[in-house]
Amino acid sequence: MSAARIVAVRDLTEDIRLLEILREGGFGSSSPGAHLEVGVVVDGRADTRAYSILEATPEGAVRIAVKRLKTSRGGSAYMGSLKPGDRLRVDGPRNHFPLTPGLPEYLLIAGGIGITPIYAHAQALARAGAEFRVLYAARSRADLALLEELQATVGERLHTFASDQGQRVDFAAEFAALAPQAQAYVCGPIGMLEAAKRAWVAAARPMHELRFETFGASGHWPTCAFEARIPRLGKTIAVPATQTLLEALEAAGVEAMSDCRKGECGLCALPILAVDGVVDHRDVFFNDAEKAAGGKLCACVSRVYGASVTLDIAGR
Amino acid sequence: MPETPYPLNSWYPIAWTHEIGRALFARKICDRDIVLYRRADGEVAALEDACWHRLLPLSLGRLIGDQVMCGYHGLVFNSAGRCTFMPAQKTINPSACVRAYPVVERHRLVWVWPGDPALADPSILPDFHWNDGADWKGEGGTFVGLKCDYRLVVDNLMDLTHETYVHSESIGHDAILDTPFDVTHGERTATLSRWMIGIEAPPFWAQQLGRPGPVDRWQIVTFQAPNVVVGDVGVAPTGTGAPEGDRAQGVNGAFLAALAPETATSCHYFWNFVRTFRTDDAELTRRLTVAHVNAGAGVYDQDHRVLEAQQRAITANPRQPFYNLNIDAGALWARRKIDLLIAAERGA
Repeated sequence: MSAARIVAVRDLTEDIRLLEILREGGFGSSSPGAHLEVGVVVDGRADTRAYSILEATPEGAVRIAVKRLKTSRGGSAYMGSLKPGDRLRVDGPRNHFPLTPGLPEYLLIAGGIGITPIYAHAQALARAGAEFRVLYAARSRADLALLEELQATVGERLHTFASDQGQRVDFAAEFAALAPQAQAYVCGPIGMLEAAKRAWVAAARPMHELRFETFGASGHWPTCAFEARIPRLGKTIAVPATQTLLEALEAAGVEAMSDCRKGECGLCALPILAVDGVVDHRDVFFNDAEKAAGGKLCACVSRVYGASVTLDIAGR
Repeated sequence: MPETPYPLNSWYPIAWTHEIGRALFARKICDRDIVLYRRADGEVAALEDACWHRLLPLSLGRLIGDQVMCGYHGLVFNSAGRCTFMPAQKTINPSACVRAYPVVERHRLVWVWPGDPALADPSILPDFHWNDGADWKGEGGTFVGLKCDYRLVVDNLMDLTHETYVHSESIGHDAILDTPFDVTHGERTATLSRWMIGIEAPPFWAQQLGRPGPVDRWQIVTFQAPNVVVGDVGVAPTGTGAPEGDRAQGVNGAFLAALAPETATSCHYFWNFVRTFRTDDAELTRRLTVAHVNAGAGVYDQDHRVLEAQQRAITANPRQPFYNLNIDAGALWARRKIDLLIAAERGA
């Protein structure tokens, strides 16, 4: 990580804030879809969070947008506290969500704060003169951050959806209208992503052509506190709403394996022995059938909406 | 001084078209390991030669249809670099991919763009049409992994004074030293021209021309930044109008060089010597190839020895910059064009 500072802060919506970050020596070149890793302080502990880069400024700073979450794990609250001149530590940029160049058509789909990588993609495709459309959904029109900027560069290729007005993306119709070699890029809440995946499979399109990025913070159920019981260790561990299950296990001294910590790799999956409530699978590692069967959960992102879950853990 | 001596946003030759078939082919350019293969539809794919999972070279795996299967744990990648199969799980990690490099086949070579794929523009491929095998005939070859900075090859070809000393028994001639030359340059090019009027033909050209008497000899060498050199060379009997544009009585050849840095101190050198005379003479084509590269006895073998020894000396005794002579004007313009390309992409 290297030293950087905040050069500008601006509210985009009621709960989304734009931050401009400058690093000494600049950021080098970054490709659309790239993210910056930012050192944050949560409950006095150092941690990192990844934020997609919207764009670079002519002065060599980068812009990111951060949503303030009610059940923040602490990262968004820390980011929300930053003011111009404040120092922070950053790493990257890295890109796990790059555009594949040269395709006949692209469909970009964003839900809420998921607009951040999609915004960068849209700008790049517009510059390249590519064939593309942007579907951008949020709770209300007032929540559509960066709307004016997108309209200015993307124009009629932008289609917006406000769920409080009953507007929904019709994935089946959208995918049916796409060129055969097209790719769709999705960044949004887990419900939107899963709906897109089901429609993509139903349209008989190859799964690897549906590109998505997760941010591990959204679920099908509200984020609430619950209890994790581990009979093998004789432990009962409280998981507060501001902590992930994995973090709570680690804090309680449970040895658990993990890697990506965003629901992709499956290394933190634990066997579910019993549940009092519903398991809110927030990962992209298990498929629908596996989630429905309820055999395991990814402790890094998935939670329980209810009282408790009883889990097994690797023995030693 | 730039960190690396080459720009990334350029087309580099990586193989002859005939080298890439329905099998995995590995080669490094610009410090990047790349695996190439030909898809069933005839298009060439170029992928990062390291599995996303544990970095085993994909070239050690297998080609299955149009996809590559890693030889370690069976992950499969399509020709765009997307992972399409992961073992022992029902989904595919959305981050899983290997880099896919833009590829173009042109002028009997496969060209790869190691830089930003969004900038890969086939219209800026170097002009290398002499290598097409149409009007100009030749066979050519490759020095794979020549152990020198590719710019030393550019220096070599942009300054033919060395012919007098390195190739004295074939194409060398004192007239090269005595005749002034012109250097001109464009946005991405540098051209060195030298006309030697009324000289005795050097042995190689005397043999090709096949008639006695004084000749006018030309060397018009054009560099296209960052990595292509084409030398229009030949002789014609003096007084037949070659300097004025009529080369009909003469013999005209062209030496072709398309270079790809392998590392900062090694390169791949795709060369050819083509001609417009006796183009149907297959035996002459073979003899000209052998004259250039022949188990150490050819003209280019002589350059090979010099270039690798020069790189060893530079590595052992780093001294920057070189001292330059008047004769280095062409090479220095070429290097300036390379430096401008590097600076432009560093600034971008």
